[in-house]
Amino acid sequence: MTSGVAAAHSAKVDGPLKLAVPRGALFGETLDALDGAGIDTAELRGDSRSLIFPGEEITLVTMRPSDVPTYVEAGAADVGITGKDVLLEQGDRAVYELLDLGFGRCRMVLAGRVGDTSLGESQRRLGMTRIATKYPRIAEQYFEASGRQIEAIEVKGSVELAPLIGLADGIVDLVATGRTLEENDLEVREEIVVCTARFVANRVAHKLRAAEVDDLVARLRKATEE
Amino acid sequence: MIHPIPPGTRDILPDEMRELRRLQAALLDVFAERGYGEVATPAMEYDEVLSRGDGRSSDAAYRFFDGSGDLLALRSDMTIPIARLVSTRFADAGEPLRFCYLANAFRVVRPQRGQMREFAQAGVELIGVPAPAGTVEVVEVLEAALDAAGLDRAVIGLGDSDLYRQVLAEFGVGIEGQDAILARLATGDLVGVGLELEELGLSEQQQQTCLALAQLRGGSEVLERARELGGSAVERATARIQETYDALVARGVADRVQIDLGLLRDLGYYSGAILEVYDPAVGHVLGGGGRYDDLLRRFGVNQPAAGFALYVERVHLAQAEESRRGGES
Repeated sequence: MTSGVAAAHSAKVDGPLKLAVPRGALFGETLDALDGAGIDTAELRGDSRSLIFPGEEITLVTMRPSDVPTYVEAGAADVGITGKDVLLEQGDRAVYELLDLGFGRCRMVLAGRVGDTSLGESQRRLGMTRIATKYPRIAEQYFEASGRQIEAIEVKGSVELAPLIGLADGIVDLVATGRTLEENDLEVREEIVVCTARFVANRVAHKLRAAEVDDLVARLRKATEE
Repeated sequence: MIHPIPPGTRDILPDEMRELRRLQAALLDVFAERGYGEVATPAMEYDEVLSRGDGRSSDAAYRFFDGSGDLLALRSDMTIPIARLVSTRFADAGEPLRFCYLANAFRVVRPQRGQMREFAQAGVELIGVPAPAGTVEVVEVLEAALDAAGLDRAVIGLGDSDLYRQVLAEFGVGIEGQDAILARLATGDLVGVGLELEELGLSEQQQQTCLALAQLRGGSEVLERARELGGSAVERATARIQETYDALVARGVADRVQIDLGLLRDLGYYSGAILEVYDPAVGHVLGGGGRYDDLLRRFGVNQPAAGFALYVERVHLAQAEESRRGGES
């Protein structure tokens, strides 16, 4: 019998490592970081509609950031890059979070309408606040930890709309520059957590492809620290 | 008419059942050959008894009242029921006990995650044989079980559940700080471990030691690299692992063992060696186990113990993947 560990350490166990690349806001900086780590991203930068970009060392797979933990947990992708906001919201996903890449810096905040007192008012009068958000678990945990009760209303599209037309008293959302809030007459009331892009790995890949995963972490660390 | 079943449960049809039965028989044969007697325990027990084994896992159980108002719970593994069985029926055994089982257990899962509420486990419990001999025997049985399942590429991770607590204690970190770091480590959040360490005010070198330890996995060379990090807690833990590993080498069964100092299982009853099983064809852990020398004491019997459990359905899945892969190449 061949040694399982020797195989795990030396051979490419099952072809090239599959890396989940988030489309959307993190896409550009993710590609820059990968370039910096010596991974060719030229094809992804083109206008190809492909989702899979095979490479000799690493195959890049593109997807929505919020799908990255799903694919990585199941081992369909060995490693991936996604935002801390996604990881917090899907906190029960069994993936290894190996590196803070530092880019994609955003703040998760509680926001309300400028000059509007309904956030504090409803908490005082009703003991309950209605919060619209794409991140119901983060919102619930944050308020629970501070001893306040909320009704989290999950929405998929522009969260800013909710307090403007009376769906909610306030919103919990990710803010990069704050311009969208400003344009919609909303303001930050509380900062919940700062989120950056993270490098994650499947639990089995982290063990069985240790050398490749560690090497990639080291290269990405170097590329993003510069 | 379509009648639903709860998510996370499933029917098994004849084609799959034939394969599952073959796998189960192969596993039970291995256990029996090595002197492990099969036991069965009730799927439901008194909640009070189960949570004596592990207070934390009790919040993951299905609980309900029976007709006389007693609080019952469905077991979430077989280790605690067997600890209960040993203390009730074999308290004065005086010699090592070897039990095996093939049983369904129940856990709370989040919907739409492909996790099962009810799942089959096959495993062994070895009671009354301390480390390292007991650990070595259990690993040997596990290897034979993986061979019988035809998983030639499967790897067994071997770690030490006390390592981190002891290293942190040596660095002067209190129980609360230890708990915070272990919680992060158990979920694989190494970025979070780094932040916690920084917050605790450990020196740069101490932080590096902790983070480096969590990443050390591979052959016996990782023990060398761990020792280079220094400290008496690391020294003690690596000595424990080395002793077990050397014994495995001596018995010719260390080939598929990967030493992993970052290994930490989130069940509350482990002490000393911990095990996890992987196969490159599947992204999920196939099983795990280790030592739980303090578990039986919670049931009033002072005996060291070790064991493992394989998730039968996942092993079956790995089997199918491996044979598909074999067919392709």
